[in-house]
This record gives sequence, structure tokens and C-alpha cells, in this order.
Amino acid sequence: MMLAGRRRSSGARSAMAGDVHDPERARRFREAALPHLDEVYTLARYLLRNAADADDAVQECYLRALKHFHTFRGGPIRPWLFAILRNTCKSAYGQRRFAGQELAEDAVPLWSDPQETPEAGVLRRCDEQSIRDMVSALPGQFREAIVLREINDLSYSEIAEIVGVPIGTVMSRLARARSMLRTAWLAIEERAQ
Amino acid sequence: MTCDEANVLMHALIDGELDATRASDVEAHVAGCQRCAAELRQFRKMRQAMAGANLRLAAPAALRSRIEAAIPAPVSRAPQPSRRFLLQGFAFGTAFSAAAAASVVFFVTRSGEDERLLGDVVSAHRRSLQAEHLADVRSTDLKVVRPWFSGKLAAVPPVIDLAGQGFTLVGGRLDTVDGQPVAAIVYRRDDHIINLFVGVAGNADHTAALGETVQGFNTQRWNDRGFRFIAISDMGTDELRDFHEKFETGLRAGA
Repeated sequence: MMLAGRRRSSGARSAMAGDVHDPERARRFREAALPHLDEVYTLARYLLRNAADADDAVQECYLRALKHFHTFRGGPIRPWLFAILRNTCKSAYGQRRFAGQELAEDAVPLWSDPQETPEAGVLRRCDEQSIRDMVSALPGQFREAIVLREINDLSYSEIAEIVGVPIGTVMSRLARARSMLRTAWLAIEERAQ
Repeated sequence: MTCDEANVLMHALIDGELDATRASDVEAHVAGCQRCAAELRQFRKMRQAMAGANLRLAAPAALRSRIEAAIPAPVSRAPQPSRRFLLQGFAFGTAFSAAAAASVVFFVTRSGEDERLLGDVVSAHRRSLQAEHLADVRSTDLKVVRPWFSGKLAAVPPVIDLAGQGFTLVGGRLDTVDGQPVAAIVYRRDDHIINLFVGVAGNADHTAALGETVQGFNTQRWNDRGFRFIAISDMGTDELRDFHEKFETGLRAGA
């Protein structure tokens, strides 16, 4: 969506389209996009939950991004790269690996579960690998929201644009994702005790 | 505001995404609701823990190399003939430079990628020390080491005997730096191992040696006679510079 929306239709521009060999453009792309490789890779790993697939998706993402770099209109490049990565993941790996088990948007929210003692759940420090595992275990749309927000540091409106949903949906997915994370977090503590 | 509403909006509050009016609405609700207040504290704490943890992952070096290789390299400017090169009259017709000119293998010389290049050199150096894989051909005799390389690379690297200058030849092996096959010529002084990586340069220019310290190792790199040299060792900066000078002198003397 994003790519199509940003593409210019002027003849001169489209003549340039896909000219990945233009050295000046390649240089600008290199400087703008390569510094974010780790972040793009991080997102791919969390979305696909498989290192080999993430490798392929990130490489494909950068090739596509270079090819479509003329459609990038400036501003922060990260959301643009993330959107391309997301599309790459979706088209290449389909719904199955990309999203994992989906929950309906209107499924009963976990936060409605009455807490017996609200003060009881004191979140302790959790090691990094445990947090990564908990994030990875979230269902697709919630995992995506929490990774874009907490790990890639995007704003709600940036996430909304990448995912293609209203800001309110981003907000409710984040609320839901954090509730699930908290449940997992507290479960780890119970095991630890 | 109901608890259900507050339970969604408090996340936007935590994330700093609420305007002042909505934020104070949520805060007013939380102030009067013990349960929501506890929730907010817990989520704040969780967010803090996540922000403090390193949840990002580094892209594998091989993936980075593949992507970099897929982006067309900047056009290099026509090399200026170096004064030293002209004065010394190093002929382009020699085996070294002919092979270099014919080769399509270039070391990456863009400054933005120097860090990665040096990181690669450090890894290769470490690997050679740890895995008992210092040399595929082990000999102090350059008549043994030099021919070993022939046919294995685009150009046969210069191997010089520096025993008289205090650097003992240990041997040689093939290695990979920056995705390119290179020769690794190994020297030793006392307990210090020097890996001298030799790859093919894009031109026959001579460049002054550039010394840098990377991850605790000293490096010296220079271009000469169509080759790109990178020496790395745990010896001191001055000692490694001394090695570079001795090597260059030896090369010039036609050793």
C-alpha cells in the first residue's frame, strides 16, 4: 500500500524506477538504509520466529527497498523499511509463519479477568532471553504491535501506517499484548518461587 | 471513565501518546480506582524492564555482506598516479600487477566500511589463534611458503624473509576477509603472532600505512604493488609499525 501510494507517476520518475545501478542513488540508499539493518533484522526475527527465514526476508526487503528507493519521500526511513519488510514477510511466508495463531480482535480481553489481589503480582526482574521468549510467544498481531512499539520504538501513528489499521486498534492491540505479557511474566515468577 | 476504557487508555498514557485532556481523564480515574492504579504501576514497571533489556538482535555478518554486495558500489575516482610509484618505476608489466589488473577482486576501501573490514580482520586473527589453524603450510622457508600460494589466489602474494629483522616466518594459509579470499602470511616475534592479510587492491598505488587499534589489537594497513596489506597483532603499535617498515623495505629490495 505504502509503496503504491508514494509512487510518482511522472514519466521522468518512472524512467528511473528500478534503476538500481544508478551509483548516486545506491550511495544514498546505502547511507540511509544500511544503518538500520539490525533493527530490520530484529523485526524479521520476531515476526517470522525463524533465523533462516528472517535472513531471506531481510535480504529480499533490502533488494525491494533499493529497487523502490525512488518512491521514498524522505523523512524517517525506518517505518518505510519496516513496511517493506512486513509486506515481504507476508507475501513470502504467508499467514501461517508470519502471524502464527491469530486471536479475533473481539476475543474476551484478558484484562477483564478479575485479579484476586491486584497488589500481589509484583513483577520481578526477568532476564533478557525470557523476555524475548515471552514476546516471541505472543500471537502475531500482538507480537507485531509490541515489537514495533517496545523494541523498534515507533509511535502509534507510525505503527498504524505500517500495519494498516486505525490508531485505536494499535492502542487496543498493545493493551492486549501487554496483558498477555504480564500473565506470562507472572507465570515465570510463580515457577521461580 | 470505566475501568475497561482506562485499561486501554493507560497504555497510551504510558507511551506518551495521549493529549493533555485525555491523560488527565485517565489519571483522574486511576486516582480513584485502586485496581486500575495497581495495573498502571505494573505495566509501567514492565515497560521499564523491557526498555532496559536488550531485546534487539544483530544481523549476522554473512547477511550483512550479502546485502552490501547487492548494493552497487560507489564509482571510484580515477586513481592519481603516485609520485613514489612513478619515481620507483615499478613496471605495470610484472606478474604481480598484471594479475592484479586482471583480477576483479577488490578490497573494499570505503571509509564507512572500514570498521566492518577491521572487525573481520580481528575475527580472522582470533580464529587463527584459537583453532590451532594458524598455518596450512608451516615453514620458516619462503621457498616453501611462497609456492604454496600459487594457483590458490588471483595473484601470488609477496612472501618475504624477515628473520634477520627479528620477524620469523611461521607459514601461510588461505583466509577470508570481507567476503574475499586472501592470503594470510604468519610471522612471529617472541610470543607475538602477526597475521599479514594480503588481498588484491584495485590499483597499483602505494599508500602510506594507516595504524588503528581495534578490539585491543593493533593493525597497520597499506597498499603497494597492486596488493592490499593488513597486518594485525597483539604487539605494540611501534613494533607493528616496525614490522610494516621492514616488510616494505624487504619488498623493495626484491627479497
